[in-house]
Parts: sequence; C-alpha cells; structure tokens
Amino acid sequence: MSIIVQQLINFLQLGSIYALTAISFSMVYGIAGLVNFAHGSVFGVSMYVLFFVSTLLFQVMESTWLVYVIALTASCVVTSLVALLIEQIAYRPLRKAPKVTVVVSSVGVGMVLQYLILNTAGSKALRMPKLIPDIKFALLGVNIPLFKILIILIAIVTMILLNLIVKKTRLGTAMRAVSQDTIAAGFMGIATSRVISASFVFGAVLAAIAGSLYGTAYSIFAYNVGEQIIWWSFIAAVLGGIGSIRGAVLGGFIISAISILAPMVLPVSSYKDIVAFAVMILVLLIKPTGLLGKKVNEKI
Amino acid sequence: MNKNNQSLFNKSAAWKFASAAAAVVLLIMLKELGILSTSTLLIFQYIGIYAIVVLGINMVNGYLGVFSLAHAGFMAVGAYTAAVCTKFFFSVEWMFPVAIVAGGLVAMLLGILVAIPSFKTRGDYLAIITLGFTLIVQSVLQNMEFVGASKGLNNIPRHTNIYWVMGCLLFAIFVVSRFIHSKYGRSLKAIRQDQVASMLVSVDVRLNKSIAFALSAFLIGIAGALIGHLLGYTSPSAYGFTNIVDGLVMVYLGGMGSITGSIFGAAVWQVLVQLLKGLGTWRWVVGGGLLCIIMVFRPKGLFGYIELSDLLKKIQAKMKSGKLKKGGNKDE
Repeated sequence: MSIIVQQLINFLQLGSIYALTAISFSMVYGIAGLVNFAHGSVFGVSMYVLFFVSTLLFQVMESTWLVYVIALTASCVVTSLVALLIEQIAYRPLRKAPKVTVVVSSVGVGMVLQYLILNTAGSKALRMPKLIPDIKFALLGVNIPLFKILIILIAIVTMILLNLIVKKTRLGTAMRAVSQDTIAAGFMGIATSRVISASFVFGAVLAAIAGSLYGTAYSIFAYNVGEQIIWWSFIAAVLGGIGSIRGAVLGGFIISAISILAPMVLPVSSYKDIVAFAVMILVLLIKPTGLLGKKVNEKI
Repeated sequence: MNKNNQSLFNKSAAWKFASAAAAVVLLIMLKELGILSTSTLLIFQYIGIYAIVVLGINMVNGYLGVFSLAHAGFMAVGAYTAAVCTKFFFSVEWMFPVAIVAGGLVAMLLGILVAIPSFKTRGDYLAIITLGFTLIVQSVLQNMEFVGASKGLNNIPRHTNIYWVMGCLLFAIFVVSRFIHSKYGRSLKAIRQDQVASMLVSVDVRLNKSIAFALSAFLIGIAGALIGHLLGYTSPSAYGFTNIVDGLVMVYLGGMGSITGSIFGAAVWQVLVQLLKGLGTWRWVVGGGLLCIIMVFRPKGLFGYIELSDLLKKIQAKMKSGKLKKGGNKDE
C-alpha cells in the first residue's frame, strides 16, 4: 500500500513538471507555429540563474520562502530576456521563410546557448540549494516531504492561471486569434509579431517555473539538463498534440506514467526512453497530429 | 527531344564524375609522391567521409525536401555493424569491403523503417520522430553489453585509408549523380515541390520516399563504417545531438540538393574544425552560430540546388551574351 501511495506521489510530481515544460514548449508552437529546439537551452539558463541567485541570497538571508520567490523572479526575468533576444536574432528575420529554415536556425541557437552555459559555468554537475523547507508529514502511513506536495500545487496553480490568461485577457484572446490564423489576425488589427514575441516570453516564464520545480525535486543538474528534460516534454507535447495546452498536460502525465512504470517491468531502467519514443511514434502513426491535436486539412 | 535531353544529362553527369575522379587521382598522386603530410592526409580523409555523409543527408533533406534528423542514428548503426564485423567475424584486411557494405546495408534496412512515418507525418512532426530514432539508437547502444555499452567498442582494426575513403566517395558521387537524373530522382523533385500534385501525375510517393531514405541511410552507413575504422574506436556518445548539428551545418553550409555543395560544405566545415581545434567546446558555439547565420542570410546554402557545372554554364552564357542573363530559378 505504502509503496503505491509513494509511487503515486512520484507520478504526480514528475507528471506536473513534464506537463509544465510541455506547455511551455507548446505555447511557442501553438502561436508561432515553430518547433523551438532552443527551448531546452532556455530551460537550462533558467536553472543556472536560479542556482546562482539562490546560492548568493542564502549567504545573506535565512528565509527559504523569500529566497525562492526572489530567485524565481530573477530567473523568470533573465530567461524572458534570453528568449526575447533569441527571438529577435534568430526567428524574427525568418518570419516569412519556410518552416524548416526556422527549425534549423533554432537547432543552431540551442547549440550556441547550451555550449555558452558549458563554457561559462563549467561542465561540473551542481547541486541546487534547498528552496523549500525540509518538512515531512504523514499521509496514509507514508512520510511525504512537503516539497513534493508543493510542486504539484504550484504546477496546478500555474496551469489554472495560464488557462485564465489565455481565455479571459485581451492578450490571451489575441494569442488564440494568432494561433488560429496569423494572417487573418493581422487583418483584424492584432500586432501579430508582438503577440508571437509575447508567446516566447510566456514559454520562457513557464520554463523558469518548471525549472525551479525540477531543481527542488531532483536538485542535481549539469549544463545539459535542458537537453534531457526538454526531450521528454517534446515527446509529451507531441504525444498530446503540439499546440494544445490540454494535450500537453495529458502527454506530460502519460510520459510520467511510462517513466515510473517502465523501470518496474523492464530489466534495464534506461529502456524507458525507448518505450516512450515507441509509444510516441505509434501514436503519431495512427493519429499524425497527436492525441488531442487539431486535425489539419491539407490545402491544395 | 526527350531522348536528346537524356543523353545530355548523361554526358554532363559523366563529365562531373570524370572531373571528380581526376581530382582524386591527383590527390593520390600527391600522396604517393610524399608531398602531403600525414595530418593533411587525415583531414582529406575526414573531408571524404563527411562528404559521403552530407551526400546521404542531402538525399532526404535536400532532394526529397523532408526535414530528417535520423543521420546520426544511421551513422552509428553503420559504424557499429562494420566494427562488429571486422572485430569478431572477418578480421582479415581484404574482407574490409564486406564490413563496409554490411554497415551500409543494416543502416539501409533501418532507413526503410524510418521512411514509414514519413508517408503520413511531415514537417516538424517528422523532425521529432527522426530525432526519436537517433536517440533510440543511441539508447540501445548504450545498453547493449555485446558492443561495450556506454564505453563503446575499442581496438577496431584501422583499415580505413585514403584509397578506401576516396573510392567510397567516388562511388557515392557516381550513385547520387546517376540517381538524381533518373526517373526516381525526378520523382523526388516532384514530391519536393508538391506532394499532392505529384501523386496526381501518378508518382508513387511511398516507394520514392522509401528509396530516398534507403539510399540516404546506405551512404551514411558506409561513412559510419569508414569513420569507425579510421578512429579505431566508436562510442554511443559520439552519435547524439552534436553529430546531428555537425551534419546539418555541413549540409546547409554547402547547399541543399547539390553534389558540389555537399563536398564543399564537408570540406569547409572539416577544415574549419581543424582550425578551431584550440577552441575546445567553443567550437559548438561557433557551429551553432554559423548555422543560424546561414539560415538567416542564405537559407538554401551556398550551392542551393545549383551544381558547379551549372555555374560554369551560366558564366559562359554571360560572357557570350555580354550582359547579365536573367535565368530565373528554374529548379525551384
């Protein structure tokens, strides 16, 4: 019983992190229509900013909550700026170019960012300081640390907030319009280019929040942290249907279930990658736009 | 008329091939005369091997116009298959071609497998599926004890030399230049420009995509076999994301859908890599940045869908007419 509860909590924790990263990746795809291969590196940048700011702050203050909030804000701001910069340099000149060109360009930017991190921060694995106090409490006969519950809560709150922003605000409405039809949205007086930039900022902020959750959950990370986790959220987003927020959440939890369940059944734990990729490829073969993706009618 | 065109194509293809062969003969003569140092010769070997890889990538990403990231996976499969062949089965040197062909064939089988998702999905989704393929290959190799798991295979006999590399390169150039002017090559061009329209004029899209992927994988597999036997070791970590980016840089640097461009791209990038050796990991920053710059300023690469012979013809025509001739983009 206790092991089931424990694994269930693990599943929810990992699932919420994947769901958040998948949404952050899906935001840009849904609005700009671009697979942003540089997103993993943006995630990596957020982890490093969080690490450096929080280690610095812990030298002067005690309260973990305050440190968490300040460090998270700093990392949100820096990653947003980085995302905007990338967008200006590598994507904006290519707004009218064929999609493949932009994808290749994003692969290049991702490479540059990742190796800039490696060259400035070193290749050594780092340990994130504890951002949430180490408290445990009993639930159904299992000791559950506070941070696991908080991760799930923060992720849920973020998703609800995001949903409200997309559904209720002016910016959200503009985003939905651009994602449906960029040209028509332009005719309606929406500054499409600015909305696309905003989607990059949203993606970066979500990645920064997800990065802080990942840091609290697994603490050890290195320069290629973005590569690892973003591949998983790529798969999650694609599985659920890129561009769809609900699809990203669904995909995130499916991938989390695979990575919790597969090691129990399979002899080698790292074969879970293969299972996840195999599931994704199978889904795409049957439903080429993912589980909850919109069906795209081919225009002739 | 048609027949005339056909023979013209063959003639120009033959010329291209003859000039490439002449360049190789010159290179080997220089080597025999002892003018080239060992390190220069090594660079030429790298250029030759990567030119084969780029020709393979160009088959799918250039001529077929599908964005695939499977090349690192094919290369890994080729390298490992050939290494296993020479290490455990045919260790005699004259059996080396068997290993090369085996590497190519196993990669080709996987290439046909990867072609299947490309029938239905396209664009970004295909990029992610092919990336998935590369990562699956890497992950499987990392977990297979038989091939040394994450440490990889060591002490592979170093059979690769300049003759094998240049021989394989000539073979690759010959196959590709014959292929793109054949019925299948023209079908690929049709699919690239409009898949639906090409289906309407009864181009078998599935068959042609499978052939393109198979040929691409075969060439890349051969190159993988060569590089494994050049370095003397092979490890799964060499065939990850960095390898993918390396391949893309060379393809886009040289130009999409061009034999001249493929060789040029491989040559420039390999020379650059040698020059930037002192930079260590900064070389990836340069590589990634270069990829962005190419995409922003010249998205089709330097020789995008143009061959050297076309350029020469254009210059000739220009000199004849004495003024700039507006040729237009017939190819795109």
